[in-house]
Amino acid sequence: MNAVNGISYSLHDGETMGIVGESGCGKSVHALSIMRLIPMPPGKIVAGQVFYQRRDLLQASDDEMRKVRGGEIAMIFQDPMTSLNPVMTIGRQITEAVELHLGLKGKAATNRAIEMLEMVGIPEPAQRVKSYPHEFSGGMRQRAMIAMALSTEPTILIADEPTTALDVTIQAQIVDLVTRLRDTLEMSMIWITHDLGVVAGLADRVQVMYAGFLVERASVKEIYANPRHPYTLGLLNSLPRVDRRKTHKRLNPIPGRPPDLLDLPPGCPFVSRCPFAIERCLEENPQLERIADAHEIACWVDVRSAPTHEAGVVFLS
Amino acid sequence: MKNGKTALVRVEGVKKYFPIHSGILRREIGAVKAVDGVSFEIYEGETLGLVGESGGGKSTLGRTILQLHKPTEGIIYFEGQDLGSLSKDELRRTRARMQIIFQDPYSSLNPRMTVEAIVSEPLAVHKVGNADQRRARVDELLDRVGLNPDFANRFPHEFSGGQRQRIGVARALALNPSFIVADEPISALDVSIQAQVVNLLEDLQDSLNLTYLFIAHDLSMVRHICDRVAVMYLGKIVELGPTEEIYNNPQHPYTQALLSAVPVPDPSVEQRRQRIILKGEVPNPADPPVGCNFNTRCPVAFDPCFVEDPELKELLPLHHISCYYAENELVGNT
Repeated sequence: MNAVNGISYSLHDGETMGIVGESGCGKSVHALSIMRLIPMPPGKIVAGQVFYQRRDLLQASDDEMRKVRGGEIAMIFQDPMTSLNPVMTIGRQITEAVELHLGLKGKAATNRAIEMLEMVGIPEPAQRVKSYPHEFSGGMRQRAMIAMALSTEPTILIADEPTTALDVTIQAQIVDLVTRLRDTLEMSMIWITHDLGVVAGLADRVQVMYAGFLVERASVKEIYANPRHPYTLGLLNSLPRVDRRKTHKRLNPIPGRPPDLLDLPPGCPFVSRCPFAIERCLEENPQLERIADAHEIACWVDVRSAPTHEAGVVFLS
Repeated sequence: MKNGKTALVRVEGVKKYFPIHSGILRREIGAVKAVDGVSFEIYEGETLGLVGESGGGKSTLGRTILQLHKPTEGIIYFEGQDLGSLSKDELRRTRARMQIIFQDPYSSLNPRMTVEAIVSEPLAVHKVGNADQRRARVDELLDRVGLNPDFANRFPHEFSGGQRQRIGVARALALNPSFIVADEPISALDVSIQAQVVNLLEDLQDSLNLTYLFIAHDLSMVRHICDRVAVMYLGKIVELGPTEEIYNNPQHPYTQALLSAVPVPDPSVEQRRQRIILKGEVPNPADPPVGCNFNTRCPVAFDPCFVEDPELKELLPLHHISCYYAENELVGNT
């Protein structure tokens, strides 16, 4: 099964890249590949390169990789318990990271841990360093995980659905916190989510993934104002908005469901759900191509002028 | 009758506490006040949205209305009948007309039963029709929810999340209910599938004249689907009113924060938005604060909020608010 296929992009200094897609589209797998965290076997990175400051991380030795991982590139997840050790105090987990990556020891490391907990807004940080993860609430654990990830002053933070399991008021707290820290620490960020709303508020550029392929990439303004891939367009059209009165009686969903990754169609992976599909889409999978300034799509048709039809029907010439 | 509408469900002063036991003797040392005194009506044919954060008591309230939990206090009327006064048998018969759709389409369907067995189970339990009639009814129901009746002999694992949710809907419809509690019915589904299921629920409501209690935390979807909205916080309803009124003119500081926190898929709007970032988290429902439940996080709390819990009052036409601050602003005498 190919979970991720031929994705290329660059992340600029201080930039936030939003990566949007549904479950099973490969957005998390691609991030784990950057960090070389795909269990091998059974997983395998068949081809590609990940350059970080001119080094190819996929070729780096395990030792080098250990320095990068959690040091220069940090990652936070949806479930904080995947990164927190339940039998170790929060403080010890942070000091472990700063000892390894920053060379701090003893009191200095502990102070760094307290400082980090304070920075992410955990009350009474000097006491809370002695707590275990289970003594924290969900939102607090998320903060502790962020404190741990940022304690080593990474240059890149990869956030994989870090707010998906949280309530909306807590999500707002965490997004606010992370964007403030990003600005103070001048980090670059990759924010992976299924939520087109969250990305609109924090990303500079957005990439949309579908069935393991990158289907659209543009600046955040451009992609929301002028979506050009039928999937992006369909997603935005299907979402009701909290700031708008109901305009249509019915929602406008994308019909059907994502293809089975074990049995991808030979052409475009979106063809069976696409109201714009033409004959060519059945045979050839389009590559990502530039269509305007800072805007790329992988699609054979121009959604601005192409005729539409019922999805799943392709008129053969 | 009120405003020309008939109440199908009437909830009066309902509380649901779960006791906390401790020690060798399992003595009761306290209670989780999941639902702590709520009263409202659900009108025939409407969709009432129940929103708020997890731990606020939304699901418990939904289940208590269906008598899946026995209320600790208070009365629930369904079609004018006090559900608490019914015998076991009468309750069973009444329950045929009130059903529930669950959030998780993976755990709510028995993996060892075929779709036909799942959808026809309520018919068998209530001894409706013979085997042939039941099979015909299953076909009709599957067709109605947009599934191919030829798939009736398949098992749940052969279906996607959205399709499983349709199976759950078909099962809920089997006995021709008039009232359905939809407990986060789309939260577990992918974005592109959510709209499909919401359209289905709306179509069914129109054709079968259903009344919904729609429990959700997706406030964008609630604005689309609901006629009225009730906002719950820590076991209490803090604001209740017609959907557009609540979204355009929220009065309770919690509702205001909740609405401002929902991200909008539009960067130009996001840039301009003023977000109210609440401090802290929902307090422990076993140990709620004295006074208003929201006073630990409220940006506008003042003296009376720390003394006594405010009542839910109709401070604007059809718009009920439980807040001293809002009352002061709107009426001006506290």
